[in-house]
Amino acid sequence: MMTTTTPTATTAARAVLAGRPERPRRSPVRRRTVVAWAFMLPLILTNVLVVLGPSLSALYYSFTDWSGVGEARWIGLDNYVELVGDPEFLNAFWHNIVWTVFFLVVPMVMGLFGAFALTRIRRFRLLFRVAFFVPYIVASVVTAAVWENLLSSDVGVGEAFGINFLGNVDLALPTVAFVNNWAWWGFLVVIFLAAMQGVDPSLYEAAALDGAGPFRQFWSVTLPSIRPTFMFLGLMTIIWSFLSFDYVYILTQGGPAGSTDVLSTLLYREAFASLRAGYASAIGIVMGVISAIVVAAYLIIRKRKDWAI
Amino acid sequence: MTTATLEGTARPRSGPRRPVTGRGGGPVVHVVLCLLALFSLGPLVIFLFSALKSQSELATNPLSFPAELRWDNFATAWEQANMAAGLWNSLVVVFGTVVGVCVIAGCAAYAMARLELPGAGAFITYLLVTSSLPTQMFLVPLFYLWTNVNLYNTLFGLVVIYWGLFAPFATLLLRSFMLSIPKEVEEAARIDGAGELRVLVQVVLPMAAPGFLTIALVTALSAYNEFLFAVTFIQESDYLPVSTTFFSFQQGFSQDYTLIGAAGVIMVLPMLVLFLALQRRFIEGVSSSGLGGT
Repeated sequence: MMTTTTPTATTAARAVLAGRPERPRRSPVRRRTVVAWAFMLPLILTNVLVVLGPSLSALYYSFTDWSGVGEARWIGLDNYVELVGDPEFLNAFWHNIVWTVFFLVVPMVMGLFGAFALTRIRRFRLLFRVAFFVPYIVASVVTAAVWENLLSSDVGVGEAFGINFLGNVDLALPTVAFVNNWAWWGFLVVIFLAAMQGVDPSLYEAAALDGAGPFRQFWSVTLPSIRPTFMFLGLMTIIWSFLSFDYVYILTQGGPAGSTDVLSTLLYREAFASLRAGYASAIGIVMGVISAIVVAAYLIIRKRKDWAI
Repeated sequence: MTTATLEGTARPRSGPRRPVTGRGGGPVVHVVLCLLALFSLGPLVIFLFSALKSQSELATNPLSFPAELRWDNFATAWEQANMAAGLWNSLVVVFGTVVGVCVIAGCAAYAMARLELPGAGAFITYLLVTSSLPTQMFLVPLFYLWTNVNLYNTLFGLVVIYWGLFAPFATLLLRSFMLSIPKEVEEAARIDGAGELRVLVQVVLPMAAPGFLTIALVTALSAYNEFLFAVTFIQESDYLPVSTTFFSFQQGFSQDYTLIGAAGVIMVLPMLVLFLALQRRFIEGVSSSGLGGT
């Protein structure tokens, strides 16, 4: 945010400096302000229409029994009270927590490891980076098909092991997370690699002179140097984990027996299958509150530690 | 949340990029990296193989190279999955989204970077916060709004949603790119009497072209692959973009993995070619994104 405040500060300073001595020239300044906001208009309009307006109405509808059509009746906190006691909601919420833990550990470890390994080689670094990144550009629908085919209990690995990965109540959630991670971890490699390439090489040289091996160097030089990136991705992972939709919806639709249901698929079902738009809005607001808490935590931490990220 | 990150990545790097270090790169590191690359690319290769097999061969021999290359699977999948219509609709959606986002973000970034917009700092915070809102939160009211104003089941309606979703991030990225462009040239143009619009079009835009290319690529990738809004807002089969065209084929009566494979390869190919051709700019753009959510 430091970068974001600087322009305003200098702008204000400049306006003061320029404006004081010659008051009469105030109108061109105002005209420029109008022009500036006119340039902002398309962005503001689309944002209000698509994001802000519907978000505010979601907040309103979360206090109603709206079905999606017709009148909405104000029912106060009833939706939220129902949520707290709804086993489907608690089940989905729990799966989001499991999902978050999975994504905080597995892709982070793979991403850090992959990126660090890439800093240790001279040749083919770009080639490996492309290879790791390719799954990220494959559409989620296709990624799901790739793995459905591979894991299929008719023709794939599932048949060889005699396991129906996506049909098993205990295995379905980790399997869906695994598939999502396949498409995801290469993205983390790219970001971590960019951060690691910014680390001062002399730190490594000093560590090597002190006799630190690669693992020691990773632990004592690399990790501390990229901590802001690491924290940022960790917090984003929490946000994204609570929004996760595509892979669950495509691969299992929340099943079997609700074993992969997450908040977003529950919300989708409540809104478009059960026609409980008000209740679905309440789930959406809960998801929004979780994001807001994480973002606020991030902003506070960043301010405290004075990170430039 | 990434203003500074954005600037770090979007700005042209100062000085030559130094190799971090080549030390410690023994054969073990190479072997592990090869295994990871195999993990990334292997499933895609097997997917391509299965697209080229007959159904009976896939059943007996799911993983290896096809004994006989069945190229006609692609023609069959193209017909049965209705890929031509899907790709056409996606082309329309991607084109409309990219052009719109470039215009919207271009104007806004210019105002924030150059026109001394009062309240720019607060507005940036607002953009950051709204772009980390869960899309599912506003999905339901947006859906009923779109049905009321007859934008449901239209490609234009989907494009407008993508403008709303993708423009904030593109704006932040472009803004930091424009901040890195020296001001002298446009000030000279202003002294010569050029209006703001002319300064933007004739001076700033040409210099910001690499930034526009980056946001165009990121936006195109997001719009082409997007699933949640595509599946919610387009039900009419004539207007399905390629992601949901493929999805309905996959979920449909055909459980023929060879044809699903062929249709999937057809869907991935345009983006893969674009990515391989422009991978540096692609990776630079995507890696500065906070929107690359799962």
